[in-house]
Amino acid sequence: MKKKVDLLVVGGGPAGLAAAVAAREAGIKSEDILIVERDGELGGILNQCIHNGFGLHTFKEELTGPEYAARYAEKVYAAEIPYLLHTIVVDISEGEGTEEKDSANMESVSVITDEKNENDNCVNKIKYVTAMNKTEGLFTVEAKAVILAMGCRERSRGALNIPGYRPAGIYSAGTAQRYVNIEGRMPGKEVVILGSGDIGLIMARRMTLEGAKVKLVAELMPYSGGLKRNIVQCLDDFGIPLKLSHTIIDIDGKERVKGVTVAQVDENRKPVAGTEEYISCDTLLLSCGLIPENELSAGLGVALHPVTAGPVVNESLETNVEGVFACGNVLHVHDLVDYVSEEAENAGRNAAEYIMCRLPENTQAGKQGKKQEENVSRHIEIKTGGGVRYTVPSMLRLEYMQEEQVIRFRVGDVYRNAVLAVYFDDIPVMRINKKVMAPGEMEQVKLKKAKIEDYPELKEIRITVEN
Amino acid sequence: MYDVIIIGAGVSGCAIARELSRYDMSVAVLERASDVCEGTSKANSGIVHAGYDAEPGTKKALLNIQGSRQMEALSKELDFPYKRNGSLVLCFEESDRGKLQELLDKGRKNGVGGLRMIEKEELRKLEPNISEHVAAALYAPTGGIVCPFGLTIALAENACVNGVEFHLNTEVLSVEKMKKKDETNAEPEAETESEKEIETEIELKTKTGYRLKTSKGVFETRMVVNAAGVYADVFHNMVSGRKLHITPRKGEYCLFDKTVGDYVSHTVFQLPTKYGKGVLVTPTVHGNLLIGPTAEDIGDKEGVNTTAGGLDDVLKRGGLSVEKVPFGKVITSFAGLRAHEDGEDFVIGEPEDAEGFFDVAGIESPGLTCAPAIGEYVAELIRKRMPAPKKKNFIAKREGIPSVALADGAKRQELIQKNPAYANVICRCELVTEGEIMDAIHRPLGATTLDGIKRRTRAGMGRCQAGFCAPKTVEILARELGRDMGEIRKAGGESGFLTGYTKTVEN
Repeated sequence: MKKKVDLLVVGGGPAGLAAAVAAREAGIKSEDILIVERDGELGGILNQCIHNGFGLHTFKEELTGPEYAARYAEKVYAAEIPYLLHTIVVDISEGEGTEEKDSANMESVSVITDEKNENDNCVNKIKYVTAMNKTEGLFTVEAKAVILAMGCRERSRGALNIPGYRPAGIYSAGTAQRYVNIEGRMPGKEVVILGSGDIGLIMARRMTLEGAKVKLVAELMPYSGGLKRNIVQCLDDFGIPLKLSHTIIDIDGKERVKGVTVAQVDENRKPVAGTEEYISCDTLLLSCGLIPENELSAGLGVALHPVTAGPVVNESLETNVEGVFACGNVLHVHDLVDYVSEEAENAGRNAAEYIMCRLPENTQAGKQGKKQEENVSRHIEIKTGGGVRYTVPSMLRLEYMQEEQVIRFRVGDVYRNAVLAVYFDDIPVMRINKKVMAPGEMEQVKLKKAKIEDYPELKEIRITVEN
Repeated sequence: MYDVIIIGAGVSGCAIARELSRYDMSVAVLERASDVCEGTSKANSGIVHAGYDAEPGTKKALLNIQGSRQMEALSKELDFPYKRNGSLVLCFEESDRGKLQELLDKGRKNGVGGLRMIEKEELRKLEPNISEHVAAALYAPTGGIVCPFGLTIALAENACVNGVEFHLNTEVLSVEKMKKKDETNAEPEAETESEKEIETEIELKTKTGYRLKTSKGVFETRMVVNAAGVYADVFHNMVSGRKLHITPRKGEYCLFDKTVGDYVSHTVFQLPTKYGKGVLVTPTVHGNLLIGPTAEDIGDKEGVNTTAGGLDDVLKRGGLSVEKVPFGKVITSFAGLRAHEDGEDFVIGEPEDAEGFFDVAGIESPGLTCAPAIGEYVAELIRKRMPAPKKKNFIAKREGIPSVALADGAKRQELIQKNPAYANVICRCELVTEGEIMDAIHRPLGATTLDGIKRRTRAGMGRCQAGFCAPKTVEILARELGRDMGEIRKAGGESGFLTGYTKTVEN
């Protein structure tokens, strides 16, 4: 195994695989890439998503999760991109480490002269990635660029602070999915599901198909957190009731779950007295939101966005730490894997550009320019308002932009017959009529570089929901 | 016939077991749960109290100061996490300064070292997140924090290594005194239905000591230690006419993510306010933030459920001590029951009418702190009744499960070289490896349940609360114990995870 690589990808799920493949297609040699995956196979959580509906955008056909993952894994195998399984990254740190201290001349260490690179002034700040596994033990890999693709985790019962006993039989929907789809085991017979996130909806159908009785899906919000198609195909088609504006206020059962108490909530999400209903069940599944897993990123000093809990990134999907990119659910939680792949391909390409010093920032000229004048490039902030909760990216640098830039975001409420409005400073430049927008479905707008260039003084782009 | 049977494998029972294991006597611990540390000992603040709370002259005061002084050395001897982080008691009203002074005086009387009053300015330097509304505080540098599971399990393992038998899943149903023949009174005996029972009756009259009927058969012993937590009154009242009454006093807690583990560095108590007895805000010895407990007397000795009101209360009252409680960082909540005896003090020793039956009852706060001292104290009482020589081969030292998360690079390398399973991370939040989980299973008194693994290794104690690692840990448990995954429980009893297989039809 090489201990020095150009690109290290943390995570071998859909994001990591697509990023690695794209970096290779952009000119990084396979052998200079390394994918590090903590589980026993490539594909990430898609491997337990055995239902279909994946890949409609990317491949124009309906695939299961493992099939979708396999499409990308096969590209990795075909290109012979190295990967490590059962390997966990425990730390990522930046290059101002020991090597530079050892050297009087900093540049002699950090300047990497790549044979195929015509730019002799290329500077990549080295990242040290420490990982461990059974065969290699504890080891450190040096990388010119790192792509963060660690995915996300599910919000737990504890984080929801649901009162009651703490018996067996409470699972996050994803854990239950693993038991059913990977282990072939049933985690319960009579099920109540809290939260209408997509995994919860999928599991309502899955458990029903395997003979369990799903009694109810309760959703705290007045709208579902999942895709409309999942409500129809996973609940409606099986006659499973969905109660909006309802939550679980007590869990009964000292050893195994015996039942839960469900209550309606008011507009402040507080339970309404008198609406309590006890439902006997042996299993409670939780599908109450996903949280990007950014402990490694935080350790590296990556700035995180308060709304997404993912890294703050620019148009290149690069974080505030130079040469560290993010994509997929670690960046912001997606609904469709197709968009994960697309985003990851961008991250992979941009990381390749960075490694090959095609980005102005990591040439000597760029570095010096930066030192002399902070705003060597024009930073255009993307601001949100009127129901738009965040955007990815949240900042654009014009000279790094592709011809067309996709801005993805979520809205904070359900909007019908509304308008997505885009302003360049205070000038309205785009109005898109939307029949319906909901928090459970990611939205996007596409901005043309040429259009932005028409506004040389532009400082701020604002995206809002209007009537 | 055992020399001593201890009812209850909580921290008191295990501490006593460990002390008795120094001597040549046969000792058994009977525990109804599937593991040690399954009751009050697992759900508390994890505080080593400095000792200024208890009324001077009480058992609580005496044992607290001893326990607090012993804890550090014991933590090294038995390898469990302990840290002397110091305690603060906040006073919110100028008019309450007198109460702080009273505490300080009490503490000095109890022999607590280093106590002093500190003013707002110094306090804010010590604890930048402390509430604006604090007037002054009592500072107790000897206060500390300990892992309650770590302490209890360490005591139990060491006792086990030194020959104490642990009978888990063994619920004591009744305790009765066996009398000498000549002492037997002439009362008509209960009807006997079989020869076997007649035999039993004869035995009962010819032996001294106690007979314990349990869910796993009958145990006989010369002496009994009643360390049954909230049930100690039940067993006491089986043998003594001087009745005890223990009220379970529920305390609810919220535990926060390690990212806010340094929100305070000391254990921050409150003087009782008009809002009631205060809650504490403290770092845990593992680096989380903990806020709690509430205090509610309940009737149910099994009532370890949290309540919406209780959890709200915890967060609200925590907000009196610190600015901006980080609500969004709660990772779990739990409730524990303190064994509150009507007489307020610990009840330790033999009732007059039950020789050889030693109560260790009413062990509420500062019971965890006191445990090492209680162990010595009770062992001494027993030795006075039943002298026994010291064991020559007593092993005082215990080495805990190595922690890959806490190890530095060199130590990690060393561990991995010894067993590559130390490089296979199972719990990603707490960085717990397969090697550690295997250790937890194969140690003396090894884990057999998911909770057992959790309390020995911290697998599943992190921010995802076992979402990712539970299926893997269940698989390792099944593999190492030679069982099917379906047999693995969360915590014994009917707490199984899996109810069957897919693709099966049930009628």
